[in-house]
Amino acid sequence: MFKIAVCIKAVPDPELASKIKIDPKTGSLIRTNIPLAINPLDRNALEAALNIKSTQGGEITIFSMGPPQADTTLKQCLALGADQGILLSDIAFAGADAYSTALTLASGIKKAGDFDLIFCGVSSSDGATEWVGPEISVFLGLPVVTLVSEISEVTSELIQLKANIENGYRKVEVDLPALLTVTMELNTPKNLSFSGIIKAKKKEITVWGIKDLDISENLVGLKGSPTIVTEMKPMEKKRAVEFIEGDRVEKANTLVSKLFEAGII
Amino acid sequence: MDNNKGSVWVIAEQGKLGILDVSLQLIGKARQLADELDSSVEVVSLGYECNLIGTQLIAAGADKVYITDDPATAVYQAELYTKLISHLFIQQQPNIVLIGSTFMGRELAPLLAATLKTGLTAHCTDLCLDDKGILEQKIPAYGGMMTIVCPEKRPQMATVAKGVFRQQEIDNTRSGDIIPIEIPVDFKARIRTLDIVNEETPAIALESAEKIVAGGAGAQNIEGWNMIEELATLLGAGLGSTRPAVDEAWTKINTMIGQSGRMVNPKLYIGIGLSGEQQHMVGIVDSDIMIAINNDEQSPIFKQVDYGIVDDCQLFLPELIKKLKAHQEK
Repeated sequence: MFKIAVCIKAVPDPELASKIKIDPKTGSLIRTNIPLAINPLDRNALEAALNIKSTQGGEITIFSMGPPQADTTLKQCLALGADQGILLSDIAFAGADAYSTALTLASGIKKAGDFDLIFCGVSSSDGATEWVGPEISVFLGLPVVTLVSEISEVTSELIQLKANIENGYRKVEVDLPALLTVTMELNTPKNLSFSGIIKAKKKEITVWGIKDLDISENLVGLKGSPTIVTEMKPMEKKRAVEFIEGDRVEKANTLVSKLFEAGII
Repeated sequence: MDNNKGSVWVIAEQGKLGILDVSLQLIGKARQLADELDSSVEVVSLGYECNLIGTQLIAAGADKVYITDDPATAVYQAELYTKLISHLFIQQQPNIVLIGSTFMGRELAPLLAATLKTGLTAHCTDLCLDDKGILEQKIPAYGGMMTIVCPEKRPQMATVAKGVFRQQEIDNTRSGDIIPIEIPVDFKARIRTLDIVNEETPAIALESAEKIVAGGAGAQNIEGWNMIEELATLLGAGLGSTRPAVDEAWTKINTMIGQSGRMVNPKLYIGIGLSGEQQHMVGIVDSDIMIAINNDEQSPIFKQVDYGIVDDCQLFLPELIKKLKAHQEK
């Protein structure tokens, strides 16, 4: 039986995230109450874990670092088939960059025990650094393969897979335990089912704060982050648009003449 | 190590045709930063049967080059590469380290940063020094630009995509030191790359395309996407995309333009059914003419182009394609 960990992030709903803008006066973010959702690639990570559980047997633990309201997102993962959820939530964790996020998640995973496999999405829709997965692997001393697009064989000792590279893929074999970051090509996540939601009611979400982890307060959150944001500036728009008017035929004609005049066609 | 005068490093990646363009571009940038800091440029490049690499890296701007020439480092191996480079960095104490945002760089950079307990900024679109000599790393976010710094930990590390910086002139008269790196004999890898398979590359290489037609979610479905593709073919343009089009599986990820995709530098850019998110727009460096087709007059894309057409692309493109064909037959 595989012990599998899946790291997920509750992100501002990606469908609505473009509404977050920088205030030109204060340089801070204007957030219009955007609901949290599971980071899309983390759905693929969870699906990969569910596939191994259904074919080989296993137990899936979800890990997430985030605000208390992220527990709704963890509950969704339980309804999708994960067995338990651990939310790392504490005001001390706030303001973390990728490094201190990875360190915090790694301490949570360490405390929960040994895992054969850890899955992460390649990146989050709001941070998009791709650093958290590989950095967790370093803190746990595990081998990592990023950008996994296919899992071909899993035994108790090793896993064979394909991972993306520029214009192709690499075939990789990795000893377990290991951490994998997955792409959307790996699988198609299933939707929530009614029976899953009912079963999830009996499952638990545990919340751990800084005191529950074996880590110094100086290493987490903003204090533990090597990088800081010093400035946010709205982009200067340098071009003045000329709208091409008229009916559809006229617009197409005008555009073709503009391209011709510019020597493009 | 707490000085901002230390050396500026590049991890130079080797491909089938030698040093990758992005690595040469980063050496050019490193040279500029090092000159401002009155410091040196040092490069590490791991490979096999690559005896000319060292002189090539020096001609590109390096003062010192650390290389391996060994079958064990012929292809990227995460654990060995991390061990060799982190060991070198612990000895040499770099101030700044630049890495290309290639598949290798995107995996190796966080492995090194976590091993060295330092910060790492992803896919920077500009790098400069503040008055204290600290590296200001710019990334697009939330419709604007964010500046990130790593004030205390060293090295300051950043990944940068191909095409963000221009390659500097090669100077074959430059001199420098080439220093071989020892490979541990008993290294046991838990991750083994068994094979590397190259698939087809896009018909027109986006980075060198003079014209780009890019599509997004506004294509609505595969039929709409096919129209965008037809327009690109008709214009002899490279076909680019935004994240939603890739997510819908209308196109492959290697067509994605932007911060985490490809950087392009065309004469003409036509954006169709996309909203002009910064993550995409920063991928278009200095296009002469920019055109957008979008059904929403309020779309932010119209603040970033020269000509705008407000229309449903599935209805407008057939008309445009017809007119272009008629023009070409003239």
